[in-house]
Amino acid sequence: MRWRRPEVEPVGPVDPATTKMLAERLAAASQVRLGRSLALFPLAAGGCNGCEVELRLLAGAVYALERFGLSVVASPRHADVLLLTGPLTRTMHEPVLRTWQAMPAPKWVVAIGDCAIDGGVFRGSYAISGGADAALPVDLSIRGCPPTPVQMLEGLRALLALNAAEKSATTGIGGG
Amino acid sequence: MRCADIIRTGVAVPCQPWPRHLLDAAAWRAMAASLASDPTLDLLALWGDAAMVHALLREPATGATLPVSVATESGFYPTLSRARPAAAWFERMIRDLWGHHAEDGRDSRPWLDHGAWALHAPLSARPVAVAGQPEPPEFAPPGDRQTQIPLGPVLSGFAEPAQLRLTVTGDRVARLEARLGYAHKGTLSLMRGKSPLAAARFAARLSGDTTVAHSLAFARAAEAASGAVPPPRAIALRTIMAATERIAGHLSDLGAIAEPAALARLREAMARAAGTAFGHRLMMDAVVPGGVGADMAAGGAEAIGTAVARVTEAVPALRRAFAGLDGLSGMGVLPPDVARALAVADLAGDVAARVAARLGSVEHLAAALPGLLTALPAGPLRADLPPATGEGIGAAESACGEVFHALRLEGGQIASAFAADPGWRLWPALEAAAPGIAVADLPVLVASFGASVSGMDL
Repeated sequence: MRWRRPEVEPVGPVDPATTKMLAERLAAASQVRLGRSLALFPLAAGGCNGCEVELRLLAGAVYALERFGLSVVASPRHADVLLLTGPLTRTMHEPVLRTWQAMPAPKWVVAIGDCAIDGGVFRGSYAISGGADAALPVDLSIRGCPPTPVQMLEGLRALLALNAAEKSATTGIGGG
Repeated sequence: MRCADIIRTGVAVPCQPWPRHLLDAAAWRAMAASLASDPTLDLLALWGDAAMVHALLREPATGATLPVSVATESGFYPTLSRARPAAAWFERMIRDLWGHHAEDGRDSRPWLDHGAWALHAPLSARPVAVAGQPEPPEFAPPGDRQTQIPLGPVLSGFAEPAQLRLTVTGDRVARLEARLGYAHKGTLSLMRGKSPLAAARFAARLSGDTTVAHSLAFARAAEAASGAVPPPRAIALRTIMAATERIAGHLSDLGAIAEPAALARLREAMARAAGTAFGHRLMMDAVVPGGVGADMAAGGAEAIGTAVARVTEAVPALRRAFAGLDGLSGMGVLPPDVARALAVADLAGDVAARVAARLGSVEHLAAALPGLLTALPAGPLRADLPPATGEGIGAAESACGEVFHALRLEGGQIASAFAADPGWRLWPALEAAAPGIAVADLPVLVASFGASVSGMDL
């Protein structure tokens, strides 16, 4: 039996525009001391579950997130990054805040999908506060309804690349 | 008198394709009493309107679908939940959205409204603005020697927001109680006053995993209400999309039970094929009232055909793999009589039975798709909807059961809308099947039903 390369999604270079946007944002933050790995906690703030369908595929065997140092964790206490999907419903406002408060710093918020960016099609409803930024400081937005796993992966890899560059600059190790 | 006969004594109000029977309170009470003793009638949905409550019932034996209504009196209507316990979830939702109270209902706790909305009874004739202060939900207390595990509304593993209260004895679940509403987006309110074409994007976002089924049921309701007939090519493309989505949905839920890597690859293959054929991996907004939004792309039929062939090839191995999992037999048994009372007769049995049914469904749909792809008729893609006044009800099959949409149009605009996600039947079924399972098996049980939160949260 011949060894075969596992079927995983090929990826292109990280989008420089996204990296630059993040760099500017993080320059303002004072302490960033993470390694070249990020723990992700997905949180549905009230979406239609379309983003969850794609996130679940992103976290599955096809995209093999672990090869990038990305892992999905089961508790916000173990997370570096909050992956927020859906419009922020008024009922989820408090649970979202508490989840964020449970995460140790340094930490990021990634708004996934059009709803998490500004409420999407649900903007203006009596039941919606708005996008993720109605409650939390958003570091990165990934557009789409829903964004594809490839688009989500691009955003997360940009976050990783930036994180590693930061680490390399302060310690002289790592990078890339 | 049989329940269906009582319903037919009511005045028939025009509603397509099934006339809606209007009962007075006494006849509605007689219908409720008869429902208690007549297990042959399924309660599919119960919803509100300005000063009215509607129910959708079906006789599985004849296939007759019966919409039936009663006017509210001083904000009250006679309960159905004494006869059909699952009606309590609908009655709680009707109170939260329309402000109508079920007289002598089984459960008067809120369901969707946690006190945080900007409006009270947002779909009532006169919603009241409120400064929302969320209230903690109430759950039934634990019994002697029992403890409770509170889960949610923030859950792990890409779950939608929901509160699940487990009452346990040791590591065994004695009772599961769900409280939803965290993902309520006010979708029905957003649909009002819009044309069906403009409101279709809200129907498509009721539940992302069944976006085609919801869009299709909504489109059928809009077409029925306005007398439009979609062209043959559109009908054929819709059938392909619905089958593609149902296969994908089954693969997702099965992958949450076992064989996650193999099923993720197949699920991804289906998403890519859908993306190639219809320009969107979930086929969101592809079905529109009157037809379809766009034609299938060149190479679409081949893409779907290839992905489906992969699925067909994998089914026997998947069947063997699932059959080898002893734990699924006897887990989460839904007794047949309970399943029938909850209008989910096909979900009776244990997790293993539901897994087998899903694999059977995948095989059946995958076998049908190649024929559908080659028999695609030529012609236009969409019929215009005249700006009509009328009522319509539409149904469509999803991976986890039938979806129903009801629409009332006035001059081509939506005056009233309701969407009955299968979740309304699945969540009560999930609660009924939970007693006896190990706490750690909860995710497997949940996946075997595949109930959506967002679709039910509206």
